[in-house]
Amino acid sequence: MEFKTVGQSIWRVDGEKKVRGEALYTIDLKMEGMLHGRILRSPFPHAKLIKIDTSRAAKLPGVFAVLSREDFPQGGPLSPYFGRRMKDKTVVAIDKVRHVGDVVAAVAAVDVETADEALRLIDAAYEELPLVSDPLEAIREGAPQLFDHLPEIKNNICHHASLKQGDIEKGFQESDIILEDTFTTPVAQQCHLEAHNALAWFDATGRLNVQTGTQTPYAVRKSLAEIFQIAEEKIRIMVPYVGGAYGAKSSLKVEHLAAVLAGKAKRPVRIQLRREEVFLTVTKHASTVRMKTGAKKDGTLVAQKTELYYDTGAFAENGPNVVHKATLGASGPYRIPHIQADGYCILTNKPSAGAFRGYGVPQVALAYESHMDILAERLGIDPIEIRIKNLLREGDRHPTGITMHSVGYEELLRKFGAAIQLGDKKRTRGKTRRGKGIACMIKASNTESQSEAKVQANRDGTFAVFSSSVEMGQGVETVMAQIAAEELGVAWKGVSFVAQRPDTDLTPFDTMTSASRSTFCMGNAVRRAAKDLREKLVQFSAEIMEISPQDLRAENGRIFAAGAEQKGYSYKELAALHFKRRERELAGNGFYGDEEDAKTVLPFWLVGGCAVEVEVDTETGAVKLLKLVVGADAGKAINPRLCEGQVRGDSTIGIGQALLEELKFVDGQPVNATFLHYALPSFRDVPDDFPVVLVEQPHKDGPFGAKGLGESALPAVPAAIANAIYDAVGVRIKDIPFTPERVLSALSQKESKL
Amino acid sequence: MAVKLNINGITHEVEAKPLETLLAVLRDRLNLTGTKDGCGEGVCGACTEPVSSCLLLASYAENKGITTIEGIGSDGKLHPLQRAFLDHGAFQCGYCTPGMILMAKALLDRIPNPSKEEIRDYMAGNICRCTSYVEIVRAVRQAARRNRKRWKDEG
Repeated sequence: MEFKTVGQSIWRVDGEKKVRGEALYTIDLKMEGMLHGRILRSPFPHAKLIKIDTSRAAKLPGVFAVLSREDFPQGGPLSPYFGRRMKDKTVVAIDKVRHVGDVVAAVAAVDVETADEALRLIDAAYEELPLVSDPLEAIREGAPQLFDHLPEIKNNICHHASLKQGDIEKGFQESDIILEDTFTTPVAQQCHLEAHNALAWFDATGRLNVQTGTQTPYAVRKSLAEIFQIAEEKIRIMVPYVGGAYGAKSSLKVEHLAAVLAGKAKRPVRIQLRREEVFLTVTKHASTVRMKTGAKKDGTLVAQKTELYYDTGAFAENGPNVVHKATLGASGPYRIPHIQADGYCILTNKPSAGAFRGYGVPQVALAYESHMDILAERLGIDPIEIRIKNLLREGDRHPTGITMHSVGYEELLRKFGAAIQLGDKKRTRGKTRRGKGIACMIKASNTESQSEAKVQANRDGTFAVFSSSVEMGQGVETVMAQIAAEELGVAWKGVSFVAQRPDTDLTPFDTMTSASRSTFCMGNAVRRAAKDLREKLVQFSAEIMEISPQDLRAENGRIFAAGAEQKGYSYKELAALHFKRRERELAGNGFYGDEEDAKTVLPFWLVGGCAVEVEVDTETGAVKLLKLVVGADAGKAINPRLCEGQVRGDSTIGIGQALLEELKFVDGQPVNATFLHYALPSFRDVPDDFPVVLVEQPHKDGPFGAKGLGESALPAVPAAIANAIYDAVGVRIKDIPFTPERVLSALSQKESKL
Repeated sequence: MAVKLNINGITHEVEAKPLETLLAVLRDRLNLTGTKDGCGEGVCGACTEPVSSCLLLASYAENKGITTIEGIGSDGKLHPLQRAFLDHGAFQCGYCTPGMILMAKALLDRIPNPSKEEIRDYMAGNICRCTSYVEIVRAVRQAARRNRKRWKDEG
C-alpha cells in the first residue's frame, strides 16, 4: 500500500507554538479574582489525626477558604472518598495520615504567601503510629496495617495477580539448569517539568469548570462527580498543553482540591504544586522480583517461577493495574511451557506509586533479561541466539491467551547485534573496561477501552480533528492529523489540520491517554471518522453533480467522476458549496472499542529493546555509555521522526533509572525530593552515538498498520546495561541504579572471592 | 517597589514586591508566559533567560537587556534555532524548549561554531525529560551552520 502522508516526518502541528513559547499550558492560565491554593501536608509517615483546628487560619485577612475533614460530614453534600481501583483516597485526611506529604488541609487565599501563612496557623495534632516502609515486612503477620476498613485489603496487599501455565514443578524437574535470583528496583519519580497544577471555578450556572494538564480528562470528570455527588454533565474538564506526564498525570492529582476550594471560596482557585510536593504525589513502584528459571542444555526455556513484590505506597492508586500488567508480562517475549507468576501490590507508608512509563514492566524485565544472559553464558550460547531460539512467534499463543501478532523481535535482535557487533569480543585491560549487552521487552496494550473522534471540514478548507487524546509531547495531534489526511486522501502540503484541545464539552469520550494506546485506539477512531467524512463529501458531490456516488473518486484532495479528474471539486470548494446550501455541520464520526472490535481486533504488543556498549571505570565505579542502540516495532511508523523521538526519549528515562535515579526514604521521610538531590539524566549522561532501529511489522487492526511504541525501549535499558557491565568487568549487579558505589562494591566483593 | 526592566527591547516599569523573582514578574505581571517555572531552585533550566530567572530577583535585572522566548524570531519568520528544533524533533512536550533555545542562543553568541562536547557542557544545566538530548545537540549544530552560512552570504 502506498501512502501519501503516513510515513512522512512532517513537522509537529504543535511545533511552531512550542518553539515560540506560545503554547499554553495549565500553568500559564489566569483568571480575574483567582485565588491561590496551598496544601498542609503530613510531617509523619503514619499517624492518627487527633485534632485539626482551622479557625485561626480562616480568620487571616486574604484567606477565602480553608478545607479540612470538617467539610466532609457524613451525609453531607461532599464525599471525601475517591480512588481508581478502590475508594481508599480522601480529599483531606479523615482519620489517619499514611505517608509524609499526605494531604491534611488546604487553603485558598489572595496570594501564595498568604496561603502559606494560613497553613502555619492551622492547628493539627497527630498521634504517631508504627510505620511500615518495606513491602516484604508489610505483608508479614502482625505488621502495622494501613487500612482496616477496606475488606479488599488483607495484610497490606491490595491486589494479587497471577499467571499460570503448565506444571511448574514438573518443568523444573525437566530442566538441566536452574537459576534463582532476586532483583530490586527503588522508588523513582516521573519528573515531568510542569508540576501538577489545576485551575477550577464554578460558573454563573453552577457548573464546575477545570483546566488541568491531565492525561485522563474523562476519568477526572467522573471522579469529581463522585466527590461532589453531581451529574458528570455538570462538570467540564479542559486540557491545555501538558508539560510532560509519563503516567504521573492520570486520575485526580490536584484537581479535586482546587475544585472543592473553589466551591467553598466561590472564586476561581488555582493550585500549583512545588517540586518537592510533586515527589510526594506520585512515584514509580519500588520492587523486589524473585525469579527462578529452568532451561535445557541447548538453551530451551522450560520453566519460570516469578514472585513480584511491588511497593505501591500508601494508596492503591494505579498500583493494582501496574502489578497486573507486570505479572502478565513476567515471562517476557519467550515461549516457556511451565509458568507461574504471582504479583503482589503492597501498601506501605510511602507516597503513592502509580503509572510511570513502562507500567511495571521495567522492574520485571530487569529480571528476565538478566536471566537470559546468565543462561547464555552458563550454557555457552550467544545472547542473541538464545533469545531468538525462545521467542514467541507470529501466531503463537501468549500465556494470557492473546495471540502474538506484529512482533518483530528477530529482526530487532539481529539489527542490535550488528549495530554493536556483539560477538566481537575485544578484551580490554587496565582500569577502564568495555562491555556490550542487549535486552528486549514486551508489554501488552490496554485495548479494552474506547475512543471516539470527529473530523470536521470547515468552510475555509481547513479540517478540525476533535479528539480527547491529550498532547503531552508524544505528538498525538500530529499523528491524528496524518491519519485523517491519509484517509481523506489529501496531500499534507497546503492543507491545515486544527486540533481541538481536549474538552469534555466539545471532544468525544476517550478512556485515557495512556499505555501507548492513542495511535492504535484513537487512530482507529480518527480513521473511521475521516472515512465517514469522505463518504459524506462524496455523497454531497453526487448530489450536486447529479451522478451516482459509485462513479466518484476521492483522491488528491478532490472528488471527481472516474476518468475525468478535471470535472470535479476540491474539498475546499465542496465545503464552500455545502455551507452555501445549508448551515449544517460537515463532519464524520468514528468510534473504536465496540463489541465488534472486542471480538475481531487483536490487542497490540509493545515490542522493543536495545543494545548498549559501556565503559566501566574500575577505580571509580563509574559506568559510561559509549553507544546505545534502541529499537521498536512500530507496526507502521506514521511519522518516523516522532517515532524515533519516542523511542530515544523513552530509553533516556531508562538510562536515568539504570544509572542515577532513586528517591530515598529514611524512616518514611524522603531525603532527596528535589531536583538538586534527585539526579536526572542530563546532556552529559547520554551517548552521542544513539541510533534508533524501527521495525515495521504491520498490525492487521492498526490504522495503516500502526501501533504504539512509546514504552518499548525503557524497560529493556537497565537489563541491557546490567548485561554490558557483566561483560565488561564480570560482576552481575541485580539492583538498580548501577551507581559508582554499587559497582565498586560489587567489584570488591568479586576480588575478595578470588 | 518600582522596577524598570528592558525586555525584548521594550522598557517596562513594574510594581513588584522586594523579593519577587524575575520569573514571577515576567509570568505574572507581564504575562510573558513563554518562560516556564520548573523547579524553583535554579536546577532545571526551564526559566533560563539565560540565567535562572527563578533565583534572580527582578530588581537585580534592572538595566540589563533581557531577551525572552517571545523576543526570538519574528512574526512571519522563525529564528534558525527554532527551525532547527522543529527539523530535529528537539522537543516533545515543549516545556523546557524556551529555556533550551535561549541557552543555545547564548552559547552561539559566545561560540559560533561549538563542538558537540561544547554544546553538552554549556547546556548541561537544562533538563529535558522527553527527548534524549541528542536531538537538541543536532539542532544547535544545524543552527550554527545556518548562522555561519548567513554570515558568509552577508559577507
